[in-house]
Amino acid sequence: MNAHQTGTGSAYFIESAKAVTETHTLSVIVDNEPGVLARVIGLFSGRGYNIDSLTVSETQHEKHVSRITIVTTGTPSVITQIIHQLDRMVPVHSVADLTVIGNAITRELAMVKVAGTGEKRVEALRLAEAFRARVIDAGTASFIFEITGKTDKVDQFISLMVPLGLVEVARTGVAGIARGAEGMKV
Amino acid sequence: MGEMTGAEIVLKALADQGVEHVFGYPGGAVLPIYDEIFQQEKVKHILVRHEQGATHAAEGYARSTGKCGVVLVTSGPGATNAVTGLTDALLDSIPMVCLTGQVPTHLIGNDAFQECDTVGITRPCTKHNYLVKDVNDLARILHEAFYVATHGRPGPVVVDIPKDVQFAKGRYVGPKNIEHKTYRPRVKPEQEAVRRAAELIATAKRPVLYTGGGVINSGVTASKLLRDFVALTNMPITSTLMGLGAYPASGKNWLGMLGMHGTYEANMAMHDCDVMICVGARFDDRITGRLNAFSPGSKKIHIDIDPSSINKTVRVDIPVVGDVAHVLEDLIRVWKSKSLALDKKALEAWWKQIEHWKARDCLRYRKNADVIMPQYAVERLYALTREKDVYITTEVGQHQMWAAQFFRFEEPHRWMTSGGLGTMGYGLPAAVGVQMAHPTSLVIDIAGDASVLMTMQEMSTAVQYRLPVKIFILNNQYMGMVRQWQQLLHGNRLSESYTEALPDFVKLAEAYGCVGIRASKPAELDQAIREMIKTPHPVIFDCRVANLANCFPMIPSGKAHNEMLMGEDVPDEVVGSAIDAKGRQLV
Repeated sequence: MNAHQTGTGSAYFIESAKAVTETHTLSVIVDNEPGVLARVIGLFSGRGYNIDSLTVSETQHEKHVSRITIVTTGTPSVITQIIHQLDRMVPVHSVADLTVIGNAITRELAMVKVAGTGEKRVEALRLAEAFRARVIDAGTASFIFEITGKTDKVDQFISLMVPLGLVEVARTGVAGIARGAEGMKV
Repeated sequence: MGEMTGAEIVLKALADQGVEHVFGYPGGAVLPIYDEIFQQEKVKHILVRHEQGATHAAEGYARSTGKCGVVLVTSGPGATNAVTGLTDALLDSIPMVCLTGQVPTHLIGNDAFQECDTVGITRPCTKHNYLVKDVNDLARILHEAFYVATHGRPGPVVVDIPKDVQFAKGRYVGPKNIEHKTYRPRVKPEQEAVRRAAELIATAKRPVLYTGGGVINSGVTASKLLRDFVALTNMPITSTLMGLGAYPASGKNWLGMLGMHGTYEANMAMHDCDVMICVGARFDDRITGRLNAFSPGSKKIHIDIDPSSINKTVRVDIPVVGDVAHVLEDLIRVWKSKSLALDKKALEAWWKQIEHWKARDCLRYRKNADVIMPQYAVERLYALTREKDVYITTEVGQHQMWAAQFFRFEEPHRWMTSGGLGTMGYGLPAAVGVQMAHPTSLVIDIAGDASVLMTMQEMSTAVQYRLPVKIFILNNQYMGMVRQWQQLLHGNRLSESYTEALPDFVKLAEAYGCVGIRASKPAELDQAIREMIKTPHPVIFDCRVANLANCFPMIPSGKAHNEMLMGEDVPDEVVGSAIDAKGRQLV
């Protein structure tokens, strides 16, 4: 019945390290009140959950409602716990697991600074075009590209830029939304 | 209504919430509120001696009445001293509203005198907290705080009120029509889940009810419905430490408490059952023992108001989210309307097995004519108070477990103990809070000599308010539970668990202006307890018990419910070798 948990021989229970982890994207609708982000982050650090990516912004100004997108990794039972723990927080309106919904769209934006001249510079520009990255700043010795897409696309673009003179990267983290006519409960 | 000051709004809101008693301690940042307290009569303030005492008193008050406990403390050290009690209330799901003073708004973040980040510090140890920055939000936030503290799974809520907000004038709104915009916990269960639960129970051949503090929190109706359901099905019932009294200890289906120091029959029934019905409990590690050996052959039903308790540590087959009273009401209705019943023959065989386990008499201990055995002291205390209107609180340790094992509770709300956090020093101030709510009842703190010294200063509170609490100390000069673990797990090396210098508790009682009683021999115990009961003042009872007695039965570390260590297996001489080397490393 509890074969997913291994005994440690202790009165305290430690979860098996062998359990398979999954990555999930969660959308959380919250009241945009002071401290709400600290509450969410505190839940993750206090209970030992992972945050791979976190984005937050007010989405309905007049209602003071913000939307938080969290990418997290854990065993299926931990993911369920995270959803329940978030859902019972007082300022939380609703929680959706976009990974379970399945047909959700996720995007993130990155600004990628690449410095170089000659052949490397041309190659960087050529790749940027292939990835539909836009040049948002250009100098004689460097570019800043803006790239939007799924995390793995952004990852791939950045790794291609490494040998071509990658200087630094700023990423927004993942924002996600489910397809279809329905919206999340506010 | 015209404008009021923030401090006036606080008192008006408390009165409108029906608050009669506030436990608190004044200080610079709450003086405007104390000035209002002085000028009104609806809300009575009880001055404690330390803010931790205020929080535990409020917990005792809340748990013995079912109402919300209220605490008022100042900023900085006032707030930080309250943190232990807030955490205790969070882990034991006690409804509490704690008002903290704060430095004026413009000084927040300035490292001002007696400033601390109260909402930051208390965020992980409260159900919710607020910093009030505008006096016009104050009344709404206060009413919301009571709503959040008492609805759903109860818990502590902090409202941090800067001093300038207490002086500022603003509008008051009443408690009516305060409906929280996001927090609306589910109390009525899904009918489909209840139906499935009922059908599963009806298939059981070896069922057991495992109940917890959620039954108490749900109110007296829940306890009544629980008793009805047990009578209806004739199934065995056990309870966690927090749930004692929901089902009467004299009831014929009672197995006693389960868990680490629970009875043999309760733990064996949990291990061997085929259907487990968990009602308002949360599969705590002190209950389950080794998780992968926890009740391996059973289907599990879990009734809980908090969805995050479901599948947290133990996978269950049928979760039913809702308030215990609502769920039990629906469950009984479905049970009756479908004419469900348990298999009589199987149930008879199950009871026969349970009687066999009961025959081991797991709580048996060696009687002694010369020294008072601590178990005997609790037994006598129970025997001599059982006809009375009695409330029991405890500290934390061996005495707490002996109280749970040997004192028998017939009704809910009669037993106040720190279960989740295990806070030594809980019992004395909790008794103060209980006595405040029940002035004519007999309120006894079954204490240990080490625990009770942690909050001993609250005897002064008891004396000031003429609260005749009885502090019954099982004095063995040790931190007994620490010593027991050192004996079992650390090669009998008693590192810092012996108190070389204890106060003379009888003289200490006299110094506080209350009554001190001592008993050292079994023969004088009854008379001394009788004297304590009839004393109309606070009493410190120094009960000198066998120093090296240990608390059994016990599920040792790394063991399952069916591998209990019994008292007769570990007499004091061999206690050091009762657990093997492997087990010792793993606690």
